[in-house]
Amino acid sequence: MSLSVTEALLLTPVAQAEPPAPAKGRSAGRILGRILTSVVAITVFAAVWEVFPRLGLVDAVFLPPLSEVLTAWWDLLVSGELWSHTEASLIRSAAGFGLAVAVAVPLGLLIGWYPPVANLLNPLLELFRNTAALAILPVFVLILGLGETSKISIIFYGCTWPILLNTVSGVRTVDPLLIKSARSLGLGPIRLFQKVVLPAAVPTIFTGIRLAGAASILILIAAEMVGAKAGLGYLINYAQYNFAVPDMYAGILTISVIGLIVNQLLIVTERRFSTWRTN
Amino acid sequence: MTAEPKIRFENVGKTFTSRGRTVTALQNIDLDVHAGEFLVIVGPSGCGKSTLLDLLGGLATASSGRILVDGEPVTGPGLDRGIVFQQYALLPWRTAQGNIEFGLEAKGVGRKQRAGQAREYLDLVGLAGFHDRYPHELSGGMKQRVAIARSLAFDPDVLLMDEPFAALDAQTRDGLQDELLRIWEKTGKTIVFITHGIEEAVYLGQRVAVMTSRPGRIKEVVEVPIDARSATEDLRSDPQFTHYRHQIWTLLRDEVDRARTEELERSHVA
Repeated sequence: MSLSVTEALLLTPVAQAEPPAPAKGRSAGRILGRILTSVVAITVFAAVWEVFPRLGLVDAVFLPPLSEVLTAWWDLLVSGELWSHTEASLIRSAAGFGLAVAVAVPLGLLIGWYPPVANLLNPLLELFRNTAALAILPVFVLILGLGETSKISIIFYGCTWPILLNTVSGVRTVDPLLIKSARSLGLGPIRLFQKVVLPAAVPTIFTGIRLAGAASILILIAAEMVGAKAGLGYLINYAQYNFAVPDMYAGILTISVIGLIVNQLLIVTERRFSTWRTN
Repeated sequence: MTAEPKIRFENVGKTFTSRGRTVTALQNIDLDVHAGEFLVIVGPSGCGKSTLLDLLGGLATASSGRILVDGEPVTGPGLDRGIVFQQYALLPWRTAQGNIEFGLEAKGVGRKQRAGQAREYLDLVGLAGFHDRYPHELSGGMKQRVAIARSLAFDPDVLLMDEPFAALDAQTRDGLQDELLRIWEKTGKTIVFITHGIEEAVYLGQRVAVMTSRPGRIKEVVEVPIDARSATEDLRSDPQFTHYRHQIWTLLRDEVDRARTEELERSHVA
């Protein structure tokens, strides 16, 4: 008789069909706690940077106190110098990164969709990916000169591999059952690609794009340290040559903040495109 | 029985080549399924039940013989047959409603009609109000309901179900079995249902086809003339039910033993 009770319950589908209330968000207290935790380490770091040079624990000439660096940063900002360098850098990064996205995503989709092509090219792609972009920088300078072309090209080169490889793997690792199920509905190859493979690969592609974003900043600075007339990498290098140590640190701080912002932006975008991937 | 069967397997065989060896998965399959019938195929694991369903679904081609649906040979997938898989196969980036609409898109139903029909079938499987949920927000049983709704929505004549409840817990499974019988009675679909569960086979099938272990053949087709299944209070403890359960269990026992012995021998050789 106990069975029939369960059955009776399960027989009426409507009884099951009450959507549960959405889960409540975290309490404000916990969020505050998390913010505090995340701020502690940075505050300690800033304090150490400020106090150690002042106490003479480190040479203040090579590591000026944080307040002096921030003053130098402010001066650079007010004079407009900082912005012009930042602008030059961002344009290079964005151009190289944008080109890489525009080329590597379609190329990766193509390679991933045709397994023989993927098998053929994969060893080569792995070789290129594992060759540090900076090791090839001299080649770019040799062929393309010291101008913008070589800088944008090296960033493009460095950004291409993570996007390309992730796109290829994104397409290749689509759940075979989803493909089988779509085929059972009579979907042709083009619609199968458009409706199943592409959406399934989007999160993996975005992981590649995020990695490329980080790479674009890293490579940028190195490229600008080799014969540039503007840009944050140039600013850092130039300030060091001229012993304007606080300016050098101001440049470094700027680049860290830009790196953080770019990464955060890409993480948010990535999340937006893969909300369903929360298993 | 009546004139032309809905589905007819004619001497169907399927062989695979793996690592240079030829494996016979299915051999001499002859089987008729009548229109509106609920046929269950039961067999030991690895006997080729799923291969049989793939052939019927048009996802694979038979090595010999042919399969006819409404007298026409199966040449590929088609919207006259809907498949429900054990692992649901829902698109994780689409909501429950979006997933049901997926089949309708394949059929070429207009956007407006799609939404209406999708809601209708969500209702049918008892998931009204869950239209905007993503698969990861649904339980296993609910996911399978969505998958069933998706396969019903484009209105195929035949519903092919490949161990659809095997991944669910016992209670959810019992509930969904009753639900499926209700849907079957309401829609009049022809259902070919694959399982390795004997009780499930007897509970659901008007006829139960028992398969041999590899190479898979139809050993016997057992008629299970139990009427008004969902009306009975506790069918599973009914003496009639027990009788058929035992009959199929006996048929299967030898096959399971044989499969196990062969597997042992194979692993000794290897």
